[in-house]
Amino acid sequence: MSNQNRTIYGGKVNREKPINFVFNGKSYIGYQGDTLASALLANDVHLIGRSFKYHRARGILTAGSEEPNAIVQLGLGARTEPNIRATEVELYEGLEASSQNCWPSVNFDIGAMNNFLSRIFPAGFYYKTFKWPPSMWLFYEHFIRKAAGLGQSPTAKNPDRYEQKFYYTDITIVGGGISGLLAALGAGRSGCKVLLIDENPELGGYLLDYNFSINEKDGKKWLKKIIDELDGLANVIILKRTTAMGYYDYNYLTALEKVTNHHVEFSNTLPRERYWRIRSKKVILAQGAFERPLVFADNDRPGIMMASAGQKYLSRYGVLPGKSVVLFTNNDHAYLTAFEFVEKGAKVTVVDTRDLLNARISEKCKSLNITVYKSYSVIKTYGYKKVNRIEIQQVDKNQNQLKGEVENIHTDCVLMSGGWNPAVQLFSQSRGKLKYDLKINTFVPDKIIENQKIIGSNNGQFNLQENLNESFDAGIAAANELNFNSVEKVNWTGKEEIEFTHSDVEPYMLGKKKVTKGSKHFIDFQNDVTAADIFLAQREGYISVEHTKRYTTTGMGTDQGKTSNVNALALMSHIHNKPVDEIGHTTFRPPYAPQTIGAIAGRSVDKLFDPERKTSMHEWHVENKAVFEDVGQWKRPYYFPQNKEDIHQAVKRECLAVRNSLGILDASTLGKIDLQGPDAAKFLNMIYTNAWSKLEIGSCRYGLMCNEHGMIFDDGVTSKLGENHYHMTTTTGGAARVMSWLEEFLQTEWLDMKVFCTSVTEQWAVLSISGPNSREFLKDLTNIDLSKESFPFMKFREGEVCGVKARVFRISFTGELSYEVNVPARYGRYVWEKFMEHGKKYNITPYGTETMHVLRAEKGFIIVGQDTDGSVTPNDMNLDWIVSKKKEDFLGKRSFTRSDTVRHDRKKFVGLLVNDKKTVLPEGSHIVEKALKQPPMKMLGHVTSSYYSPTLGYPIALAMLKDGFSKMGEQVVVPLMNGKIIEATVTDTIFYDKEGKRNNE
Amino acid sequence: MFIINCPYCGERDQTEFTCHGEAHIARPDNPSEISDEEWGRYLFFRENPKGTHFERWTHDHGCRRWFNVMRDTVTDQIIKTYKMGEAKPEISNE
Repeated sequence: MSNQNRTIYGGKVNREKPINFVFNGKSYIGYQGDTLASALLANDVHLIGRSFKYHRARGILTAGSEEPNAIVQLGLGARTEPNIRATEVELYEGLEASSQNCWPSVNFDIGAMNNFLSRIFPAGFYYKTFKWPPSMWLFYEHFIRKAAGLGQSPTAKNPDRYEQKFYYTDITIVGGGISGLLAALGAGRSGCKVLLIDENPELGGYLLDYNFSINEKDGKKWLKKIIDELDGLANVIILKRTTAMGYYDYNYLTALEKVTNHHVEFSNTLPRERYWRIRSKKVILAQGAFERPLVFADNDRPGIMMASAGQKYLSRYGVLPGKSVVLFTNNDHAYLTAFEFVEKGAKVTVVDTRDLLNARISEKCKSLNITVYKSYSVIKTYGYKKVNRIEIQQVDKNQNQLKGEVENIHTDCVLMSGGWNPAVQLFSQSRGKLKYDLKINTFVPDKIIENQKIIGSNNGQFNLQENLNESFDAGIAAANELNFNSVEKVNWTGKEEIEFTHSDVEPYMLGKKKVTKGSKHFIDFQNDVTAADIFLAQREGYISVEHTKRYTTTGMGTDQGKTSNVNALALMSHIHNKPVDEIGHTTFRPPYAPQTIGAIAGRSVDKLFDPERKTSMHEWHVENKAVFEDVGQWKRPYYFPQNKEDIHQAVKRECLAVRNSLGILDASTLGKIDLQGPDAAKFLNMIYTNAWSKLEIGSCRYGLMCNEHGMIFDDGVTSKLGENHYHMTTTTGGAARVMSWLEEFLQTEWLDMKVFCTSVTEQWAVLSISGPNSREFLKDLTNIDLSKESFPFMKFREGEVCGVKARVFRISFTGELSYEVNVPARYGRYVWEKFMEHGKKYNITPYGTETMHVLRAEKGFIIVGQDTDGSVTPNDMNLDWIVSKKKEDFLGKRSFTRSDTVRHDRKKFVGLLVNDKKTVLPEGSHIVEKALKQPPMKMLGHVTSSYYSPTLGYPIALAMLKDGFSKMGEQVVVPLMNGKIIEATVTDTIFYDKEGKRNNE
Repeated sequence: MFIINCPYCGERDQTEFTCHGEAHIARPDNPSEISDEEWGRYLFFRENPKGTHFERWTHDHGCRRWFNVMRDTVTDQIIKTYKMGEAKPEISNE
C-alpha cells in the first residue's frame, strides 16, 4: 500500500505527478512538492535513523532546517552526501537515500546495545578517556573513531561545479516569511535595491501552514498577491532555496543557494550550488522562530514530533502522521494543530501542563470531542520503533512534582509544543546582544551592533497583526534611512483563530529526582544529551555554560542546537535556581547550517586553486622531458633526464657539462625590479648592507638585504644601467616580498626619496649560460664585444643576441665563466632554441635547479631560505665582506651590535666533509657534540645543504654550527635516523676553485 | 570583513588589503647613537590597546599604496583612514 497516510484531499503536493524514490533499498512513491520526510511519513515510514551515541531509533522531529534526527545519507557514488536533513530534501525522481549510524540495518542495529550501556558512556565520556590513564586513550580512540560520525564521506572526487557570486545591494532581508515579505515590499516600493533570501522552495514561511485572515478575507490569497507584487518589482531580487550562513562585520553575509540539488539530472550549464558573498548597506533579519521541544522521558521516539511540524505535514503535504494523536503543550497556539488534525479525521487527546484554559479553546475542544488533560504531563513513552503508548500524570507546578495516578494513553503520534525560540543565530553572529524575555521564556534580540533591523517573530513578536504593520514599516524605514522616498503606509488587519499567548509559555521540566533515574529525557536529540547529563555536568563542576556545552556536547551537532539550546539553559537555570539571564548563553558562530566545502572553494579548485607561473621557455622544457619543481608559483625544470637516467645520473651529467664545457639554465623566474629616480643610489645604500654610491654605470654588484633585526632576508645582484637607473634581481621566491619591502620604506619612512620601483620579472626571459666555453659560444651570436678586457666579470652590456635586443650580465652562480642573457620575454623561446642549435658543438646541456644547487654549493654560495632561515646575520654567514663598515646607517645595521647578535656561540656557516667520503648527509640532520644511544644529545647545529659533488667525486655539505668559524678542521658527529653515526670534518664553505679564478676568466 | 576606505581608491573589500601592525612608529634617525634599549623599543614594543588603535595597511590588490587606519579594536569600527605623512588624528573621548 502506498501513501497510506496521505489525506484524501488537501496539501499543496501535486498528486498528478508521482515521484519514485528509494529509501534503505526499498522503493516508494511520493508526489511533486514533497520533501523526503513528508514522502516517508506518507508511506508510514517513521524510523529514519539511529542516534549518535545510543543508537536509539529516531524519526522525524521537525519539518525544517532545524531537524536534529532525520538526517540521511543522500545520493550515491561520488555525489553521496552525509548528514542531509530529510526535512529539507525536495523529492526528485530516482532519489536514493539511506539511514545513517546503523549496522547492519536501521531496523536491526548492533550499536543499539549502547543504549543499555549508557552507564559507561556518561556525559564527558570523551574527556574522561583523555584524563586517565593516558595509555588507555589509544585503546578508546579505536572505538570512538569508529563509533563517532554519522554518515559516510564520498571517496571519489566531487564531480560537481560550484560557483561564487559577489553581490552588492542596499538592503538584504533574510527570511521570506510574512515579516520578510512585507519588509521587502515596503523597501521595494521605495525603489531601493533589495535582496530577499529564503531557505525554502516557497515563500510565505509559517503562514503557508496555518489559516489566517487579512481584512477578514482569506489570508492565503492576500499572501499570493504580496508575492506577485514583489516578483514584479525589478529592484527586488528573490533567492529561494538559499540559506544565509554567516553574518560578518560591516554587514557582510554569506549565503548558500541550492541551484540544482533538487534536479533529477545534474546540469552541464548550471552549478550545483552557488555561494553568495553579499555586502549590503542594511540588513533586515526576519528568520522567524523555532518551536521548542518538551523534555520528558523517552521524548525521542519515532512518532513524536513538534506540533508545528505536524501542522506542516498535514496542511502543506496532505500527510496525516498519526490517527490517534496526543498533543502535549504548554501554550494556546498549538491547539490550532489539534483542531486541524481532528478536521482531517484524527482522534486527538490534549495533555496541557497548565491548569487554566482559555474558554473559547475549551469550548471548541468540547465540540470537536477532544479530551483535554489539564495540569498533566507526559511522563514516559513506549514503543521501540514507533511510539505506541504514553503515560501521563498530574503535575504540581509549585512543588515541581508529579502526583496522583499514572494514566495510560494509546497513541501513534505525539505532537509537542513547548513555546517558540526566535532564530537568533545570525543576529548573534553579528554580535547583537540577547536578553531573556520572561514573558515568552526565551532569548530575544536586545542590542543591535550592525546597521540592521530585526523584525517579526525573529524579534520575539508573535502577534500577526503587530507583525504585519511593523514589518512593512521596517522596510519603509530602512529605505528611508538610505534616502529613498517614503511610500504610503498600509493598515492591514490580520487575524489567526488562536493568537500566540505570551503567558504560560516556559521550558517545561520534570522534577529533579525523576530525570536521573533510568529513563532518558532528551535535551539534544542529535548528540544524545539527556537532562541527566546536564545534571551530571553541574555536579562535576562544569557549571559555566560554555563548559556544560563542551562537556555534554549539547548544541554541538550539525544542527548546532537549534531545538535544544534554550531547554539546556532553562534546565541549568532550574538546577542552580538562578534566572536564565544569569546562566547566559553560548556563542553562535557561522555557518548557520552545514554547508559544502565545495561551495566555499567555488571555482578555486584543481588548476585554478593556485596560479601556475611559467616562463616563456616552459613549453620547450616540457617537450624535452624536463622534470619540474615548484618554486613558489613557478614551474622550474628540476633536471632534464636522458635515456632513463635517474636524478643522480642526470644531475651528475649536467654538473660536469657546466664545469667542462657549457650549460644553459632558464633563470627567468628570478625576481627583477627596475629602480629609477635621482635617489636610487641613496635608497640602495639603505636597503643593502654594502655601499652603492661608487658603482659605475655598466657594473653589477652582489647585495645582501637584512631586516631591521639584522637578519638576512634576501640577496641578489643589482646593476647600474644608467644614471639613476638600476636593475635589481631577487630570489625567485622572494620577489614579491622584496618589492613590498622597498615600497614600505619608500612610502612610510623616506617619503622624500624620489625612487620608482617597477616589477619586471615577467618582462624578461633570462638565459644563463655557464661553463668554460660560454664566451666562445656566445661571441658568434652577439654584437657585444665579449673579450675579457672590454667585458670583465661583474659587468653589464647591452647589445643584440641572435638579432634580439638584449641585456647581458656577466655574473655567475656556478663559479664558471657565465653570462646571463636577458631578452624580452616574448623572444625567450626563440633565443633559447637558437642557443641550443648553435651550442651543439659545445654539447650545450640544459640543466635544472638541482644542478644549479649543486654547482653553487661547490662554490659555497648561499641560498636564502635554505642555508639561512630568518635568524642569521651576515656575520653568521661569513659574509662580513659585503657589510659596509663605513656607511652610517642601513636597514639592519644597528641590530648587528645587539647583545644577541654578537654572542660567540651563535651558529655559523661552515662546510662539512664526511670522513667516509661516501655518505650524503640528509639535509636537516643534527650535528651533535657526542652521539648517544638516544636523544637528548647536545646539539651543535644542523646541515643546511648537502649533495654529492660530481666535480669533486665526493659528498659536500653546508651547515650551521655553533661557534663554527673557530672549529675549522675539527671533528663533529652526525647521528642519522637509521641509527648510523657519521663523522665529519669542519671546513670552510668553498669546496671548488677557492681563488675564484674560473668565473674571472 | 571590513570595508576599508582607501584614501586613494575609495571603499573596497578587506580582501584587497593587508594589515601591517601599529602605525606612527618612526624609524630612529640615528640608530648608531641610540642605546640597545631604545633600539629594542623601536623593534619590539607595540601597543595593544582596547579601543582606538592606529595601524598601517596596504591596498595590495589595488593601488599598492600604504596608508594609516584608525580602528576601534573593541567594535572593529574603522574611525578614519588617512595618508602616510598626515598627522595622527586625535582620539575623541566620546
